[in-house]
Amino acid sequence: MTATADLECKMLTKDFKNFRAVDHVSFDVPQGSFFSILGPSGCGKTTLLRMIAGFQFPTSGDLLIKGKSMIGVGPNKRPVSMVFQHLALFPMMNIGENVGFGLRQRGVPKSEIAARVARVLARVGLPGIEERRVDQLSGGQKQRVAIARCMVLEPDVLLLDEPLGALDLKLREHMKIELKALQAEFNTTFVYITHDQSEALVMSDNIAVMNKGRFDQIGTAKELYFEPANAFVAGFVGDANRYEGKVTAVNGSVVSVVTDGGISLHARAASERPEVGTLTQIFVRPEAIQLSLTKPDVADGLNTSERIVDSVLFNGANSLAILRNVTSGETMNVALPQTGAFLGLQKGDTVFAHWNPDQARSFPVEP
Amino acid sequence: MASDKSKLGFYLLLAPLLLWLVMLIILPHVGLFAVSISEKVGIREYETGFGNYAVFFNEPLYWRTFARTAFMSILTTVLTLLLGFPIAYYIAKLTRGRTKTTLFLMCMIPFWVSELVRTYGWMILLRETGVLSNALQYAGVINGPVEFLYNDAAIMVGLVYTSILFMIVPLVTTLDSLDDSMIEAGYDLGGNGLTILREIVIPHAMPGIVSGCIVVFMLSLGNYLTPILLGGKDSLWFTGMIYSQFITRFNWELGSAFGFLLLGLSSAVVYLGLKFSGQSLSSTMGR
Amino acid sequence: MIPTIPQARLIKWSYRAYVTLFFVYLALPLSVVCLFAFHNSVFPALPWEGFTTAWFFGTDAPFIGVFHERSILRAIGTSAFVAAWVAGLSVAVGTCNAFLFVRHDFRGKGFLYILMLLPLIIPGVILGISILVFASSVANTLEDATDLWFDGLRPGLILVILGQFSFITTFTTLVISARLQKFDLSLEEAALNLGATKWGAVRQITLPFLMPAIVGAGVVAILMSFENFNTTLMLVGSDSPLTITMFDKLKQGSTPVLNAVSLLLIIISALLGLLSLLFQRSKG
Repeated sequence: MTATADLECKMLTKDFKNFRAVDHVSFDVPQGSFFSILGPSGCGKTTLLRMIAGFQFPTSGDLLIKGKSMIGVGPNKRPVSMVFQHLALFPMMNIGENVGFGLRQRGVPKSEIAARVARVLARVGLPGIEERRVDQLSGGQKQRVAIARCMVLEPDVLLLDEPLGALDLKLREHMKIELKALQAEFNTTFVYITHDQSEALVMSDNIAVMNKGRFDQIGTAKELYFEPANAFVAGFVGDANRYEGKVTAVNGSVVSVVTDGGISLHARAASERPEVGTLTQIFVRPEAIQLSLTKPDVADGLNTSERIVDSVLFNGANSLAILRNVTSGETMNVALPQTGAFLGLQKGDTVFAHWNPDQARSFPVEP
Repeated sequence: MASDKSKLGFYLLLAPLLLWLVMLIILPHVGLFAVSISEKVGIREYETGFGNYAVFFNEPLYWRTFARTAFMSILTTVLTLLLGFPIAYYIAKLTRGRTKTTLFLMCMIPFWVSELVRTYGWMILLRETGVLSNALQYAGVINGPVEFLYNDAAIMVGLVYTSILFMIVPLVTTLDSLDDSMIEAGYDLGGNGLTILREIVIPHAMPGIVSGCIVVFMLSLGNYLTPILLGGKDSLWFTGMIYSQFITRFNWELGSAFGFLLLGLSSAVVYLGLKFSGQSLSSTMGR
Repeated sequence: MIPTIPQARLIKWSYRAYVTLFFVYLALPLSVVCLFAFHNSVFPALPWEGFTTAWFFGTDAPFIGVFHERSILRAIGTSAFVAAWVAGLSVAVGTCNAFLFVRHDFRGKGFLYILMLLPLIIPGVILGISILVFASSVANTLEDATDLWFDGLRPGLILVILGQFSFITTFTTLVISARLQKFDLSLEEAALNLGATKWGAVRQITLPFLMPAIVGAGVVAILMSFENFNTTLMLVGSDSPLTITMFDKLKQGSTPVLNAVSLLLIIISALLGLLSLLFQRSKG
């Protein structure tokens, strides 16, 4: 990266009375990219976003926008705009007045405000709605107005605080695509926080996974999904079957484990190799597991097992089977192939499952 | 639901309401109006006419007192709004949880106590031998006892005190419902305290402001105790005139006309206030 | 403006100072009233002559305490009598009104609702004189026609009760309606479904649900009745309630016995007020 980043955080920390909400977080967001912060509720992502917006002050660390430190700069003086969780459109103003609010604060002449408001509304695909009231808009239209209200100010960074959370599922799916398109259209840096991994995976150029006030991993969606840095990321991003057991052997990068139920499993170690005898956990994605009706003719060490169908959860292309191991009683979720094969499985049928150790990851169990 | 039994139930519920409204509200006011337009021409002889109203307009003491009462009430309303708004904002937006409840209760307690007691407190504070006069003498600001009672300022202090709660309660209610993120959004978009107050907070609080102003104005206009006790004999408050026409002079015809004029003014202000703010009586009063 | 927005220290502190000053203003008159209730002098005024409880328990003139002062005791009794009647009547009618306005739809409902709110915007003095004028003219007509006396329609306790009832009912109606509106009708339907009669369902399910509001409204009614002055002033006869008695005494010049009564009133009102809040808050 040669140009300065739009947003840069250096060892940013925020302490509240009795706990640390944000713990030495550092990252930078290059100009024009879509950056998501993904984490469960209470992980500190909202605090982080509000520090960037200026509604909360870091205990230590630095925060730079376009290379300028924002410490001590009020929220109304920062070149960032925020789309609030419930949008915070002003109900006492019509749409035109809402979008023009920021320009009025800057003392832009009236005629110019009108022109710029009209232009930005056209760009978000809602031309000519200036006279409407806020409560006359649909959920998706409100989203776009909220974005227009920020974008009309041409901020360096646009912050989005889970704005899709209140929408119903269908609209949320649609708005994901729309947000991504709007970001490309305006070519502005977006910082988006969410607890919904699919929102983050679909829209972002880069994602930071946040847990307990720290960033566990920063990377592209693919990196997070296929190369999770630790057990939390592996469990939080995407679905995975998780097993815990003792390491019995380490063979190159492949770790062999015996679970509490007595099943032997093999997976690739994600980080440093564990010691034999230590506790470890293994994550396998449901779609990495292959099914066959007869005992597969594959080499040993491919985690082959005979299993009984517990239930089949039909969900279109995302259908799952829950399989139980006869001897240990452990269950695993397996994605059914999209071809429609295996959809005829019945509860109680016997199937064989196997997966390649390369597609499973092992992490040490944190004490 | 249209069975005979529920019909009967409906009429049983309707009866007390109608009895109350007709016997105690509508007919008495019709009667009041009827008396106000009857002129005494002899012993137990009356004629219908607007003579009593003519007396009001021809006697400067009467209409000046009326105008003075209205003006002082407007002043009270403005003062309570200016003084009460920051308090309401503080309670609604700057405090949380237990502090908020406590402050709110502290505002309510004086209102639960009889107006007479509150006014009596001000008399003890303001009179010549009172606390304020003594305190100022002790501090050396004044040399001898000073009477702070029996002037317009004392009336104002008392009226504001008596009615400020009716301004604060609706304001706290409406300001409470203003989401903090609205104010944050205003700042985020570059606004400052003043513009946000003007463009976001006040427009949002408008229903509370209107209902507070209406109630305070009405209460001041119809107040009797405070002006009489704090303003003394020459307080010149219109309710005092009504009282003396009824009880002292026994001129019920003129007193009724005065009463109707006061009712007219108060209704007109309520009506204009609601029209001006585009609200209805039910939404403002039926809290 | 709100805690999350940075604010200059000077503004913050002057704001706090203003709020503090305001609460001093609120507390000041009531505090001095309470303080002078213990003043060892016949004037509730400075200089301070010492502390005494004679204005509560004293028996020797001029220090006759509240508990031995006939006229005040009688006035308290009158006020309690009036308040009990007003509270009973206004809560009963208010409950009926609540059911009528919440449960029934009929022609002219909106009009009646507005009419029901009107007592809120009629000045108390006007309400008093209108009832006075109306009752007197009815009495005159009846007396002319029948040659009997209708003392109940002349200024006196009956008119005082009716006058207070006429506007306090609006408050009880609003308080009880607000709670009835929150009632889930399916609870009553469930009771009917389980074999209860219509009245049985209301009695066993709805009224217990309304109880906090009914008690709260009753307490509010007692408070308002006790402290009402404007309407009562116009309708009062020979038996005067406490506020009127105190007003008369105040005009003649006050002794700390009035402070003692006021102190008792403050304590009782604060307790009743808190009680009504607690009742309206309990059970959501």
